[in-house]
Amino acid sequence: MKTAIETKNLTLSYGDSIIINELDLQIPKGEITVFIGGNGCGKSTLLRSIARLLKPKNGAVLLEGNAIAKMSTKDVAKQMSILPQSPVAPEGLTVLQLVKQGRYPYQTWLKQWTEKDEEEVTKALKATAIEDLKDRPVDSLSGGQRQRAWIAMTLAQDTDVILLDEPTTYLDMTHQIEILDLLYELNEKEQRTIVMVLHDLNLACRYADNIVAIKDRKIYAQGKPEHIVSCPLVKDVFGMDCQITMDPLFGTPLCIPFGKGRCILKEVVL
Amino acid sequence: MSQYKNFRPMKGRVSFLLDKKATIVLIVLMIVAGAIFVLSTGMGDMKLSPLAVLKVFFGGGTEMETLVVQSFRLPRIIVALIVGMALAVAGGILQGIIRNPLASPDVLGLTGGASVAVVSFLAFFSDQNNALTVSIKWMPLAAFAGATIIAMLVYFLAWKNGVSPIRIVLIGIGISALMQALTTLMMIMGPIYRASQANIWITGTVYGSSWSNVAILVPWTIIFIVIAFFMVKNINILELGEDIATGVGGHIQRHRFLLLLISTALVGGSVAFAGGIGFVGLMAPHMARRLVGSSFGALLPVSAFIGAILVMLADLIGRTMFSPLEIPAGVFTAGIGAPYFIYLLFKTRNA
Repeated sequence: MKTAIETKNLTLSYGDSIIINELDLQIPKGEITVFIGGNGCGKSTLLRSIARLLKPKNGAVLLEGNAIAKMSTKDVAKQMSILPQSPVAPEGLTVLQLVKQGRYPYQTWLKQWTEKDEEEVTKALKATAIEDLKDRPVDSLSGGQRQRAWIAMTLAQDTDVILLDEPTTYLDMTHQIEILDLLYELNEKEQRTIVMVLHDLNLACRYADNIVAIKDRKIYAQGKPEHIVSCPLVKDVFGMDCQITMDPLFGTPLCIPFGKGRCILKEVVL
Repeated sequence: MSQYKNFRPMKGRVSFLLDKKATIVLIVLMIVAGAIFVLSTGMGDMKLSPLAVLKVFFGGGTEMETLVVQSFRLPRIIVALIVGMALAVAGGILQGIIRNPLASPDVLGLTGGASVAVVSFLAFFSDQNNALTVSIKWMPLAAFAGATIIAMLVYFLAWKNGVSPIRIVLIGIGISALMQALTTLMMIMGPIYRASQANIWITGTVYGSSWSNVAILVPWTIIFIVIAFFMVKNINILELGEDIATGVGGHIQRHRFLLLLISTALVGGSVAFAGGIGFVGLMAPHMARRLVGSSFGALLPVSAFIGAILVMLADLIGRTMFSPLEIPAGVFTAGIGAPYFIYLLFKTRNA
């Protein structure tokens, strides 16, 4: 298995507080990898540092074997795109104008709209099914459409690796599935490496080839969801008691949290 | 792609995407600006028809007409045009890089900083006969320095894990008030007649502009506006936020710093020769955004012409409506601009 991204002895911190400590991580090429972990465990921070949005305190991030800190930022942008958490578009900016910005690393002052640019932007609009919306202002769209517009922008960047920080947050269930299906298809059809942070463990199990569970500044476990997701893992990583069963539709692990709530099991049985 | 036209001459060695609507809007604004320019040149104590004005432009007309147009009216109208462009472009850039609809040279205290620098310049480099001891060429540079120092100071004070829109505006307004106080202090310390002169200048006026002013202001402003246009694609990504801008491969710190310097240079130039003509840098980019949207390739040129039209109109009204009294152009721009600013503040109160 080939490695797309690798971290070596990576230490991340905000000021004096260490968030990730001496982390060695390999992210497989052509697969979907999902970071999971409790609030504030550093999964977003790790993703941001891989995307060079945060400078590491120590260690390095390698993209296809090259240290990103030593590459020109435009070269990195041609190989890896990042969609940060809940980005905001300026008032009145149209979908096309937004998606076009994904071509930034390829533009020069004289070449701002080449045939290749047009082709990639059209492809991205098609893949995200927002061609009809291309002249609408982004701020006039629904949450799901808006998120697809941002994803189209990262697609227009035409990179092998796509990083997404909680791409489904603030979306309703229908739109969450829509976005994840879209990313799944991109991975299936074009073998793009997708790395994302997700909050929903069950959706992570369904879409991820590879899960990285983060706890106490390091990796608690990494592997296929069906191999690693278990009651002890959920207990240790999220601090929650649960039962793991099988998703009746997909066969992937399904986590059912313990706790309070209406239990109508007895009534049904009786 | 109905709204756009692909533009790829020279076998694709050059390629742009032209926004048809924005192009039309821009051409209309250029025509309007041109018309106001000619009309304004013809208005005043001695009235000239637009045709007579054009005749003078092309070397015709009587001696008297030529004198009035060339010596008295043209310099101030050219200064008004250029100052309007400079302030509007500076405001547009600031709103883009700070990602704040309330940002503008006056709100952020840049105009105030430049004013203090100009008043100090006049106070320190004047001799007993009230003549400058150094060339007036240095004045925009002093104003530029003043605006830059204030820009850095406001940015530094407003910084707290990023710059929030409301905080930077509040600090900007605070610093502006301080700058006004300093300007007044510098004026009081000088001779009385200079204070009254300076007072009109502070409000913002193109009264008394000369060809020597034009000769400095025009190249200064044009150079920085051209540089700004070369940076349009960088403003476009900065407007999407730091994370996105970095993600697509932008050098955000370098670009933001350069763009900030371009804005302070433009503000410096206009304050040096026209004082604090307020709110143009706030209003013009907003109006442009209503007309052509947020993409800076269209937004900057459209703002520039709106700014030029605003200041030329304000000056025209100020010198003709209440003749023989001269009302500074800044009075009119503030008259429309201040309520507009309050409306914007009201609109963003929940942000």
